[in-house]
Amino acid sequence: MTRYFDEELLELNKKLLEMSGEVESLIGLSIRALRELSRKMADSIIKDDDRIDAMELEIEEKCLNLIALYQPAAADLRFVIMSMKITTDLERIADLAVDIAERVKELADQPLLKPLIDIPKLASLAQGMVKDVINSFVNKNTELARSVILRDNEADELRNLVQSELINDYMKKDATTVPRAIPLLLVARHLERICDHATNIAEDVIYLVKAEVVKHRPGALK
Amino acid sequence: MAEMTQRENIIEVKFLSVFYGQFQALKNVNINVQARKITALIGPSGCGKSTFLRALNRMNDLIEGARTEGQVVFDGKDIFEPDTDLLELRRKVGMVFQRPNPFPLSIFDNVTYGLRVHGQTARGFMEERLFRSLQAVNLWDELQDKLQANALSLTGEQQQRLCLARVLAVEPDVVLMDEPCSALDPTATARIEDLMYQLKEKYTIIIVTHNMQQAARVSDYTGYFLLGELVEFGETDQIFTSPRDRRTEDYVTGRFG
Repeated sequence: MTRYFDEELLELNKKLLEMSGEVESLIGLSIRALRELSRKMADSIIKDDDRIDAMELEIEEKCLNLIALYQPAAADLRFVIMSMKITTDLERIADLAVDIAERVKELADQPLLKPLIDIPKLASLAQGMVKDVINSFVNKNTELARSVILRDNEADELRNLVQSELINDYMKKDATTVPRAIPLLLVARHLERICDHATNIAEDVIYLVKAEVVKHRPGALK
Repeated sequence: MAEMTQRENIIEVKFLSVFYGQFQALKNVNINVQARKITALIGPSGCGKSTFLRALNRMNDLIEGARTEGQVVFDGKDIFEPDTDLLELRRKVGMVFQRPNPFPLSIFDNVTYGLRVHGQTARGFMEERLFRSLQAVNLWDELQDKLQANALSLTGEQQQRLCLARVLAVEPDVVLMDEPCSALDPTATARIEDLMYQLKEKYTIIIVTHNMQQAARVSDYTGYFLLGELVEFGETDQIFTSPRDRRTEDYVTGRFG
């Protein structure tokens, strides 16, 4: 039996893919802006965010309508509910890209405190996690989603490394470095938060596909 | 939501098969029905869910050519044993049907009909049961002043409540409901569902319904039947969020049936 509802679900899927694509390229751009300390790129990121906010609202409304009008069940229900959750995480990721862009503008104002080593590593990790989690959603690939979740610890470690280096080697030793250290500290934090949202999405993808709850259950992934 | 901790099987169905002549309407069904819970049976027309329901108080005996294999253990005893007291079985396992079927008698006589069948005709006793049964189905306030009116003068919803009161008057343990709301409008349906919620404190309810949302709303456990087979049985929230069988998935999402 074919259902008109399937067309609605396809449309929702399409909207979500569009938004994913936008968010992925926004993250890519913010990381490039960070590497090049480009004010111009930073400004264009801040502008792009409005479009992503609008997409989030549109997807949320679509999900609400589908629930109200079709009372979906089982896999359909999981898809609609998880779409709603995924769209929230995507929007937060875009917000963090904007936060990074703001930091880029602050950093571009003054000489760099130190050559960046771990932050680019963390940035590559975050970008890879976002890219993979979007792929895992598109292809319903729970193995890939699982690999994203497993990378989250690495992100936490890199963030801690950046943090302790900046605090112990610079801020504590010489208070005049603080204004230049803080944007870097924040960038590490923004990047680590991006990884957290990618992880949330990965958990939602696993629930969506397999109806298995892995969230808050460290043992469930093994 | 089903409380996993206090499970108590009131009915254990073991390898139940029902045949109508050559046709096998039920195939090796196994279910444990939990006491004081609502169990919903869903599935497309002809899937065997009503046959299953009727097997539980041996209503299929009334159908010519019907034959049963397997066991239905109720009260520690297989109801298909030859010495089963059918009158007593149907008192303990009562039934409400799709269309309200009050007798063309007064409200009083309808509700107390079962008591008379069971020889319990003392006036005070009958009045007390009448009061309690009509209270239980939330009809007492509406009808207490017209107990002698003909039951057929009531609305469809009142008639269905009255039929339920007639079942409750003989103090059953289990109430079987075969599509009890399909002849009612949505608000009347909502009120009957509400009533089911109240009743499950004392009674075990098994309901056959075509309305999947109704099954999802009212029941603790759901069984999905297809072509005489029990495809899946589980807690209702599991059946409607993450069914294990592809066929259940297709049915609850409306892809099939």
